[in-house]
Amino acid sequence: MLLKHLHLVHFKNHSGADVSLGPQVNCFLGDNGSGKTNVLDAVHYLCFCKSYFNPIDGQNIAHGEPFMLVQGDFERLEVEERVSCGVKRGAKKQFKRNDKPYTRLADHIGRFPAVMIAPDDAALIQEGSEMRRKWMDAVISQYDRAYLDALIDVNKSLVQRNALLRYFAENRTFDASLLAPWDARIAPKAAVIAKARKAFVDDFLPGFLSTYAEISGGAEEVGLSLTTHVNDDPEAIAAKMHQAQDEDRRLRRTTVGIHKDDVVFTLGTHALKRFGSQGQQKSFVVALRLAQLAFIEQATGVKPILLLDDIFDKIDEKRVEALMKRVTNGTFGQVFITDTHLGRIPDMFASTGADVRVFEVHQGEVKVQTPSKA
Amino acid sequence: MYVLPRWSHPAILYLRPVQLPSRLIEAAVDQMATLPGIGRRTALRLVLHMLARDEDRVRDFAEAMVAMRSGVKPCGTCHNPTEEETCNLCANPHRDDATVCVVEDVRDLLALESIGEYRGLYHVLGGVISPMDGVGPADLTVDALVSRAAEGGIKEIILALPASMEGDTTAFYLAKRLVESECMLTTLARGVSVGEALQYADEATLSSSLLNRLPYKG
Repeated sequence: MLLKHLHLVHFKNHSGADVSLGPQVNCFLGDNGSGKTNVLDAVHYLCFCKSYFNPIDGQNIAHGEPFMLVQGDFERLEVEERVSCGVKRGAKKQFKRNDKPYTRLADHIGRFPAVMIAPDDAALIQEGSEMRRKWMDAVISQYDRAYLDALIDVNKSLVQRNALLRYFAENRTFDASLLAPWDARIAPKAAVIAKARKAFVDDFLPGFLSTYAEISGGAEEVGLSLTTHVNDDPEAIAAKMHQAQDEDRRLRRTTVGIHKDDVVFTLGTHALKRFGSQGQQKSFVVALRLAQLAFIEQATGVKPILLLDDIFDKIDEKRVEALMKRVTNGTFGQVFITDTHLGRIPDMFASTGADVRVFEVHQGEVKVQTPSKA
Repeated sequence: MYVLPRWSHPAILYLRPVQLPSRLIEAAVDQMATLPGIGRRTALRLVLHMLARDEDRVRDFAEAMVAMRSGVKPCGTCHNPTEEETCNLCANPHRDDATVCVVEDVRDLLALESIGEYRGLYHVLGGVISPMDGVGPADLTVDALVSRAAEGGIKEIILALPASMEGDTTAFYLAKRLVESECMLTTLARGVSVGEALQYADEATLSSSLLNRLPYKG
């Protein structure tokens, strides 16, 4: 899949940008705050209907402007498609594919897959289990629609069930027959999710392990596993929820279910979160993202776009160079890279013969630079 | 002088507390704006419209509202609004009192009545269960329905509730409560709507149609 053209109006610090993109490597170079990352974020918008950084649409509009527009011309499975996202202050965002607005944004997710590697990725290891569930949900949703539907349904049901538990606690009352309808609704959908998550981790692991070995040079052994207290049997889930009723009442929330799943990352036999070095954690996340890219391609038949934001923050020059070499042998499709250093990335590609387009970003303006000949 | 920001829409002016020319107008606008779907802007438009009317017509309007509120109460049997003890649907001897259709509110009842094919009675629930909005079975006419079913004489109860998560949950809860009544419980068919092309039906609708397919009757 390729993004051929990107058009931005009042998106963050870009008042207006028209960028024609190359099929392989697109570098956005410039100083801090020039708007390099915003170009990547615009691509993220088109693929995921939202910003990678700021979930509030209105805050992605340039200061003092009434609206913003992000529009991209894609080529997907040899068909040209136009995706656009318009946000007006105080109005709902308009997300369109080929000029037809979506009624459900969930219908768009996964159609134009992308993988982002950003400096704040280490949060995936450091933060709570919610981050890792979100990561897993985002990957699976890109190829499994039924999963996304089940997930949305379970989440809504859980909000209702928890509201009910709070009501019981606040009014010092309890009625199991009121909980039962929610359990009955949640259990079968939770089973769908549990099954998909288990299958995902099983399928994902081999690719991830080999990617990590390549990046680290086989220096250490890592692992990744799913911890959950439910299986894919709806009746067993319903029974467990029933058993946990007293605990639920005490804590005023649902204590058993797929919303308690976690993905555990290990280094040797230890938890990566506690015992991994910064460099090991960074390498782990990069390997995770790259394996994710290969996995999505395998599952959907569409090569995702790779967005590398400030990649030097994560890994040393040698490893970036090894990574960039893989770009040219067709492991990745289209790649977007940002860097503050003007010559560094173009120089790396000099010997590979890859199609490299270099853009200079300065105060929200994107200018094409002639390809450097080194 | 205060200059409006460029993104200011005229509507924004009404969101600010603008001094209205009279306290009575202010009070009327406040009342009007308590209605669902009516913001302050529309409320002001409606109030000014009332102001321009003959006083008698405005009195008729206000009296109609008050008379409606004090004269209408829920039917003792089905909770459909009525001026009598029993509504005209329940009192109609030609209707089939062995079938009861459970609906969320009066609007759903009217929609079902408008097709003119259903000859049974109704039960107006007054909402659906939604803990998030603080609505539980005690806020609905669930107990009345259960005792109505326990009295006997009802053969079938049709659950005609909205096809939403809350509607489904309410149906599940009612089904549990109605087990002992031994009435046959049915629910509205759910699937591709009449005149709809299959290719435009969403996946949930289509899969429900396939799952609940019917013997072909020609």
